Amino acid sequence: MSWLAELSPDEWSAIRLSLKVSLTAALATLPVALALAFALARGRFAGKALLDGLILLPLVLPPVVTGYVLLIAFGRRGPIGAFLDENFGIVLAFRWTGAALACAIMGLPLMVRTMRLAIEGVDRRLEAAAGTLGANRLQTFVFVTLPLIWPGILGGFVLGFAKAMGEFGATITFVANIPGETQTLPSAIYSLTQTPGGDTAALRLTMISIIVSLGAVLASELLVRRAARRRGAGNA
Amino acid sequence: MLKVNVRKQLGALDLDCAFEAGPGVTILFGRSGSGKTSLLSMIAGLLRPDAGAISIDDEVLDDSRAAFTPPHRRRFGYVFQDALLFPHLTVRANLDFGRRFSKAPPDPAAFARVIEMLGIDALLERMPDCLSGGEKQRVAIGRALLSNPRLLLLDEPLAALDQQRKDEIMPYLERLRAQTRAPIIYVTHSMAEVTRLADKIVLLRDGRVVAAGAPQDVLHRADALDSSEAAGAAAMFDAIVDHIDPDGLAALDCALGRIWAPADELTAGARVRLQIFASDVLIATQKPLALSALNVLEAKVATIAAQSPAVAQVELACANGRLWSHVTHRSATALKLAPGLSVYVIVKSVALDT
Repeated sequence: MSWLAELSPDEWSAIRLSLKVSLTAALATLPVALALAFALARGRFAGKALLDGLILLPLVLPPVVTGYVLLIAFGRRGPIGAFLDENFGIVLAFRWTGAALACAIMGLPLMVRTMRLAIEGVDRRLEAAAGTLGANRLQTFVFVTLPLIWPGILGGFVLGFAKAMGEFGATITFVANIPGETQTLPSAIYSLTQTPGGDTAALRLTMISIIVSLGAVLASELLVRRAARRRGAGNA
Repeated sequence: MLKVNVRKQLGALDLDCAFEAGPGVTILFGRSGSGKTSLLSMIAGLLRPDAGAISIDDEVLDDSRAAFTPPHRRRFGYVFQDALLFPHLTVRANLDFGRRFSKAPPDPAAFARVIEMLGIDALLERMPDCLSGGEKQRVAIGRALLSNPRLLLLDEPLAALDQQRKDEIMPYLERLRAQTRAPIIYVTHSMAEVTRLADKIVLLRDGRVVAAGAPQDVLHRADALDSSEAAGAAAMFDAIVDHIDPDGLAALDCALGRIWAPADELTAGARVRLQIFASDVLIATQKPLALSALNVLEAKVATIAAQSPAVAQVELACANGRLWSHVTHRSATALKLAPGLSVYVIVKSVALDT
């Protein structure tokens, strides 16, 4: 691990920023993704297919398109961006929070999918059984539904985090590539590959990127499988 | 006293039922699709009727309009067909689940009584997926009992189990019936379960109550029971017509061996369903010699159960099939009928369904 010691302050800053952005994005998306996953798994409402498609969109659109749409909407002169700036003093464009927003949007489809699968796997009659045993809706959710889908939620979270760590196109389009503010790990690698003599540093950061992503994907798989095991058990 | 008077459209089935259930075991009896389970779901509050009302001891639980007590406030224990134990909890936590929400303090005496009655003390620390089907069902019954229910609903608790498991659980159900004060509503389509457990029968057909009352009254009404509902008492066999003799008799091959019946419009090679009603089966302990009946089979007595105060239902193992015979207790005693005894079975008549 001696190569780790050779990381420059700028490289460390990119790693730290990436972790901060990704964690923020994943944590902020978590409740939204869970609510959407429940709506899609259990809800019956008009426009469900459209909502499903919209959530999935960032997965198939060119990331640069997503980033550009964010820039139009959340830029300082964009309708949402101007509103946030004037009323709350929140500016997203060209800030690390903007990077987090871009990562959140890009990670959302993966999170929702993973959680939705876990929710759809729950035998709803188990919830009915809890009801007949005296548990109200909230108690049923806390003591039956949540424990059964918990690994799925965690798996979705880890996958969303991993996606955020790797997000590049939408981020660089929306918040550019400002060292210390919006230069995440992928942006830093991109910059280094464009710089003469930056190959070694690029390779170092690439190694770190691979390790983090692989670890996250493996962890996610493990958790999803555990969720399936839990659910599979009760049905005779 | 539970009073049910409900109407509900379920696909093609127009369910319209009224009945009452008091202390003891009330069996909702009927073939699949007759609306039994839907009725149970409405009593539990898992399904709402289109019209009508459900009440217990003059407390209205559902008037199909504004008044509706949700399942968790009804205190009705529900045992599902496939147990539905919580897979993430140990057997002990499953058993304790209902008490956690009743705000009652732990009652170790009640807990001990229930696990002793159901014979599940060795399973407490196991997870549900390590249990056999029969064990799961016993734990599910215990879980429902320990939620301190004022009514117990059992939805075909034995249907998903093989015969061996059924035999394993039946004694526990009989103890449950003897030891539980809460009224029990028990859904089944098995005549064997009816004869062993029922205090009252509500007979359902196509969403309607066709008969209700004490078992001996309902079960002896041939008009109320159709052949498939009486499947336990009327044995059914799929048979193939081997050939037709010149004297107009068809040779039928089925699980019982060869059976002779009037050919009527049968042709060789045709598939038919045989029904042999328990009242058409006689038992002899010696081979009958001069006898007008054509079908005399060798068999062994399998079980003897009380059908009514005067009549016993004898289950007979015959080749690869099973037959039932209704004999009086007096005859059963005179012939010294007991499980394992080799006997001759005389089938007086056979009903054919092509």
